[in-house]
Amino acid sequence: MFRPRIIPVLLLKGKGLVKTVRFKDPRYIGDPINAVRIFNDLEADELVFLDITASRENRCVSLDLVRRIGDEAFMPFAVGGGITGPDQMERLFKAGAEKVVINTGAVGNPGLIEDAARHFGSQSIIVSIDVRQTLFKRQKVFIRDGREKTRLDPVAWAGQAADLGAGEIMIHSMDRDGTMTGYDLNLVRLVSEAVPVPVIACGGAGSLEDFRQGFDRGGAHALAAGSLFVYHGPRKAVLVNYPSRTEVSELFDNKEI
Amino acid sequence: MIHIVDYRMGNLRSVQKAFERIGIPAKITAEPDEVMQAGKLILPGVGHFSRAMDILQSAGLSDALIQAVTVKKTPILGICLGMQLLTNRSEEGDMPGLGLVDAETIRFSNHSGLKIPHMGWNTLRPEKPSPLYNGLSEQDPFYFVHSYYVTCKDPRDRLFVTSYGNLFDAGFQKDHIAGVQFHPEKSHQPGLRLLKNFAAM
Repeated sequence: MFRPRIIPVLLLKGKGLVKTVRFKDPRYIGDPINAVRIFNDLEADELVFLDITASRENRCVSLDLVRRIGDEAFMPFAVGGGITGPDQMERLFKAGAEKVVINTGAVGNPGLIEDAARHFGSQSIIVSIDVRQTLFKRQKVFIRDGREKTRLDPVAWAGQAADLGAGEIMIHSMDRDGTMTGYDLNLVRLVSEAVPVPVIACGGAGSLEDFRQGFDRGGAHALAAGSLFVYHGPRKAVLVNYPSRTEVSELFDNKEI
Repeated sequence: MIHIVDYRMGNLRSVQKAFERIGIPAKITAEPDEVMQAGKLILPGVGHFSRAMDILQSAGLSDALIQAVTVKKTPILGICLGMQLLTNRSEEGDMPGLGLVDAETIRFSNHSGLKIPHMGWNTLRPEKPSPLYNGLSEQDPFYFVHSYYVTCKDPRDRLFVTSYGNLFDAGFQKDHIAGVQFHPEKSHQPGLRLLKNFAAM
């Protein structure tokens, strides 16, 4: 009676939605509130909104926008972008968000995870980890929308974040972002095996089959995608879409936990 | 009128929005007097059991809730932590619960690598007929997010069961007292339907 969640990850730049390829070349997709309305009609499991330039610009995701999303969304949603303190989180929860996503702020100050979990409960704290392969074929954690490399190993950092109280780990492959070539299953599996909390696989999903792989082989409890839900066809026409309830249940048939 | 009990934990706005969507007025209140006068009550909540009971008690809300529900027989729906608060006790802290339903709240065991919290969409198996289930089916999924679950002492109180690692009580109902572990306000049309059913109860 349980099945993994399928989550559109929607990137915000200013007041608009964009989609990137390998964290670059943001292409304008449309209005976020309009997208929420469509995902309501399509009965999406959950939404994640990330303001991709917030950390670089030393600001937090727009409270006004989160409030407008909250007024429309009849599904749970998470927001991230430039969050550095519990006060900001409290305002975002009041505005209607179920969860907050922290990334750069948590790397700079791991105590933020502990603080956040103590104040709001682990279930509302997602730690997102952006990962890229370096020249030496090693995978490292990147921050500030992928602009700054850290010395952190993604699997070790995921473990530490979960120990500190993260309720979910979102593992985001920068190399796969926007390529629609499938998840980095090896990375997803290593992280899933290392943490006792649900893992959201992100970066690379190009088909429903990729979701199945992310669950079966990657061990993720939630499957996220961007391009797949905003593009249609080989020429990438903008079209907000989401699989039907029947498609989803067939995909994970007999996967009861 | 439906009153949503505000004890400063959880997202009340989304519950109110859900009622607004189905055209039913619902008011958020933190006043014991208003709880006593309410036509129907919603006890929402996300967070720590004992901390919630602590706040309910010091705000005079737990006495008002018990009075309203046991003396005035005001219908009540507990949502998520709100359902757990209606039970006798929880493994999350030492404070006793409201004890309006003979049940206990237990933590999921993470043996065999079960990921906790349970977070996601489950379908329900109804255990008995109820107006709350009108228009719903076993195919309808509902959104769950919790690390603790309720188990009823009297199986006759069981309304819905579902599974995560083990079977657990996803909903109970004892006459006018009901609780659901999932979030109807975040469960699309089936969730709105359940709230509408409660409003009509």
